Amino acid sequence: MAISDVLSHRAFAQAPRRGAATRLLEDERWLAAVLLLPTVILLGLFIAYPFVEGVWLSVTDATVGVPGHFVGLANFTALLHDSIFLVAVRNTFVYTAVATVLKLALGLWLALLLNRHFRGKAFTRAFVLLPFIIPTVLSTFAWKWMFDPTFSVINWTLFQLGIIHGRINWLGDPSLALISVIIVNVWRGVPFYAISLLAGLQTINPELQEAAAIDGARPWQRFWHVTWPLLLPVTMVVVLFSVIQTFADFQLVYVLTGGGPANATQLFATYAYQIGVGTGLLSQGAAVSLAMFPFLLIIVVVQLLYIRRVEVH
Amino acid sequence: MIEGAKWRRWVYFYIPLGVFVLWLLFPFYWMLVTSVRPDRELYRPWTAPNYAPFWTAHPTLVHITDLLTQTLFIRWMANTLFIAILATLISLFCGLLAGYALSRLKFPGGGALGTGIFITYLVPQTLLFIPLANIIRNFSLGDTPWALILTYPTFLIPFCTWLLMGYFKAIPRELEECARIDGATRWKAMLYIIFPIAVPGILSAGIFAFTLSWNEFIYALVFLSSAEQKTVSVGVTSELVRGDVFYWGQLMAGALLGSVPVAFIYSFFVEHYVAGLTGSVKG
Repeated sequence: MAISDVLSHRAFAQAPRRGAATRLLEDERWLAAVLLLPTVILLGLFIAYPFVEGVWLSVTDATVGVPGHFVGLANFTALLHDSIFLVAVRNTFVYTAVATVLKLALGLWLALLLNRHFRGKAFTRAFVLLPFIIPTVLSTFAWKWMFDPTFSVINWTLFQLGIIHGRINWLGDPSLALISVIIVNVWRGVPFYAISLLAGLQTINPELQEAAAIDGARPWQRFWHVTWPLLLPVTMVVVLFSVIQTFADFQLVYVLTGGGPANATQLFATYAYQIGVGTGLLSQGAAVSLAMFPFLLIIVVVQLLYIRRVEVH
Repeated sequence: MIEGAKWRRWVYFYIPLGVFVLWLLFPFYWMLVTSVRPDRELYRPWTAPNYAPFWTAHPTLVHITDLLTQTLFIRWMANTLFIAILATLISLFCGLLAGYALSRLKFPGGGALGTGIFITYLVPQTLLFIPLANIIRNFSLGDTPWALILTYPTFLIPFCTWLLMGYFKAIPRELEECARIDGATRWKAMLYIIFPIAVPGILSAGIFAFTLSWNEFIYALVFLSSAEQKTVSVGVTSELVRGDVFYWGQLMAGALLGSVPVAFIYSFFVEHYVAGLTGSVKG
């Protein structure tokens, strides 16, 4: 043992008598309690408490400034007969399903492209992530402007290419609005998928690919039988996060259409905002928001079970 | 690399990658062009014969100067910066301590608490914003920056904790045990041995948390009401659209300038940001 070690050991040992607090912190349980206290307070005050408050609001008839009385499940049964709510539920599912499939497919494609060696790779990777890091609301305004029926650069381009002959009202046409919103959501989400999946791809040993190639596997077979199974655990986690965010999305629709035209792009969150904040019917707004919860719970449980199964195999 | 003829490399690699890059970056180019385009060119229908979308013959800074002098844009930037920095610091502080406790210490209920924090990680902001607005009002925090500084950590702490737990787990236990044998208290070993090693993780978590706070929208929209208190996202959305009139030049200038701080930080710390992003989805 070096002399300095001995010295430092003595320096610690001869430190002035430790206070009661220091001794308490030597106990793992007390230390853990102290370390977790700030987190538990903040999450308790602003997650657990609002959740309880939300459940309580949803079973009352409270409006802004009026506490309200207990009304049981009346708000929820009213929702089942609310045609706008039913449209919002349908839209949310279509929006989530279509956007997720597209984001996964395109994100995986982009990840595979970025996994190759080419000049300017780091540069490209950094720029490709921009739609994800730039504030969504702000970049969505650029899309709103690009979708403007009178001044649309997209219309101009499609017209010049001879693909369309009249003007397309991207956000104003009820049959197109949801598709337009999905395009923007996919635009924003693809970089997240691509970069996460790229990180997953980079952990796969290239020798596996080479071995498969030597065995005569075609590129497509190599992807399907070697790369994809190894990438599946990462993919599932990325999809889990993305599905939750997409299902609960608000800002894209708020900026692009506000839920219109004729509720064609109304989602859970935008409808909850419209009722709870716009109209001030707190209890009904809270009920709409909370109606998301069982769906989210099912999505999370199913995906977590699937992830566990994938990881066991 | 792709084997075979040169045309295959173009079809399977360069063209798809080029289309991706064009699609992902075009809106930003469009923001830039719009913000320097004079109004008389801006409001020329696309069907007009002299519609020239991709450049402008007479670039102007009038939208940007109007934005900076006639709106509260600078105030919104300052608000957002203040809120994002404080929320990030609070979240890092909580996340560091909680991440250490959950990854290193044995205590009753530790597993359950870890699961609880993971579940809050999955709670979207839109689930709780209505009751939370009530609570903010009851605490008299409505229309103050503190409404956001205290609520942003609810989605940042779980993320920071999760990310830092990964870093702590990778640090060998022996390091800490050596320090403890030398007489260091648990507290000191944590503070002087473990935390310094986790600095790259702290940096990643901090950068990611900062961009998340900068980008947050619905809490800021619901909890703040007066124009002076707003953040960039909300200010641009609500104050630059007057009635039904969109001031597109100013809007795009605002969108561009409002993105600069995150883009700036991102450009310096790309690797840390990517580490934070990929760390955030590691199960």
